[in-house]
Amino acid sequence: MCLAIPGKIIAITAQLDDTFRTGRVSFGGIQKEINLCMIPDAVIGDYVMVHVGVAISKVDEVEAAKIFSYLKDMGEVGELESFS
Amino acid sequence: MKYLSEYRDPELVKEFINEIHAITTRPWTLMEICGGQTHSLVRNGILEMLPDMITMVHGPGCPVCVTSVSIIDEAVFLSEQPDTILCSFGDMLRVPGSKKSLLEAKAAGADIRILYSPLEAVQIALKNPDKQVVFFAVGFETTAPANALSVVQADKIGLNNFSILASHVLVPPAMEAILSDKENKIDAFLAAGHVCTIMGIGEYFPVAAKYQCPIVVTGFEPVDLLQGILMAVRQLEKGEFTVENQYARNVKREGNQMAQDTIHEVFGISDRIWRGIGNIPQSGYEVNDRYKKYNARVKFNIDIPFAEENKECISGDIMKGLKKPKQCPNFGTKCRPEHPLGAPMVSSEGACAAYYQYANTDTVLA
Ligand code: SF4
Repeated sequence: MCLAIPGKIIAITAQLDDTFRTGRVSFGGIQKEINLCMIPDAVIGDYVMVHVGVAISKVDEVEAAKIFSYLKDMGEVGELESFS
Repeated sequence: MKYLSEYRDPELVKEFINEIHAITTRPWTLMEICGGQTHSLVRNGILEMLPDMITMVHGPGCPVCVTSVSIIDEAVFLSEQPDTILCSFGDMLRVPGSKKSLLEAKAAGADIRILYSPLEAVQIALKNPDKQVVFFAVGFETTAPANALSVVQADKIGLNNFSILASHVLVPPAMEAILSDKENKIDAFLAAGHVCTIMGIGEYFPVAAKYQCPIVVTGFEPVDLLQGILMAVRQLEKGEFTVENQYARNVKREGNQMAQDTIHEVFGISDRIWRGIGNIPQSGYEVNDRYKKYNARVKFNIDIPFAEENKECISGDIMKGLKKPKQCPNFGTKCRPEHPLGAPMVSSEGACAAYYQYANTDTVLA
């Protein structure tokens, strides 16, 4: 449960105020609504590390791809499936 | 073993292994803090590749493993209140309380929901105004911003039916508690990468200096772990003790300021009882006075008697690095993942479960 999973921001979905800034993030095709308020400068196209529904840091694309393939090999991205 | 991503690249793994073998001249004991790292070390067979002189012991960095029996009892109590929905990360459900686990409470009819994110619990509260919704907020510093954010959001919406049961634990005080134990044999620490993504690395410098103990902030993939081990051993062999950052690509020195601000908005530092270890002063987060209407302990006036831990489980000695899972007489016999006696057998990030699932116990533990 302590894992952070990298994903790509494909849309900013809500920007009500600084605590309700959310985006659509794609994790290798699985899309989730993620809170972006901890990364105020994150924009569409950025890759972010996401932990329990909240983006906690930015990563570059290459790093994101490497981490994602590792987590996938390890069978660690399953927790995303159950979450919408 | 398949090595598909670069962080499992066999060539790189070999290079690091060779270098670790080449520079190691004395026995050293290293502790990785994070349960995710424990899992990765065991699962990828790294323990078997290290020189015999290097012993890895597995620290208390799994929230499932360190949440005390009394707090599980509090969560069970809350789940049994009328018109109450208890929301939790899935891993917590099978952890034994003094009488029952959350899973057993759920089987007996309690409305317990497994969530991926605390922010989902806020939505559930919004949709169920006639129910009280409690989120079981466990975790280390990595998870604290999300749990704090759930309270900030609930407050902004003006929810009166949302609260959290905080069971937050902090890494640096736990390291100090382990290092202060006279029996401890730990020469160096691998600190947990994602914790430092949030908190930065500044807190570790005083710890490294006071205990003359190298601390290397490390990622959780095989190549990261090997490089972290190499950096720690290099310091030890040279007699140095400082803080190094192996995981700089994900950890900035100052951490994530926004996340820290959110934590400090909602939480204050408190004492915390760690399962198997006991009370560690100033090692947890509790909801602060400003947000106390969101503190389930205050809201439900919880008064649960202190529960003793199962004496048959030696998880405290394991998490302090004094013993290995196989040295527990119940390992694999009375205690198995299907029937855990103690919390480290529940979560796959617990040392006992990791050894049970993946380790070739004869070679790894010899
Ligand atoms: S094997 Fe089971 S009883 Fe023994 S320390 Fe691990 S969790 Fe506790």
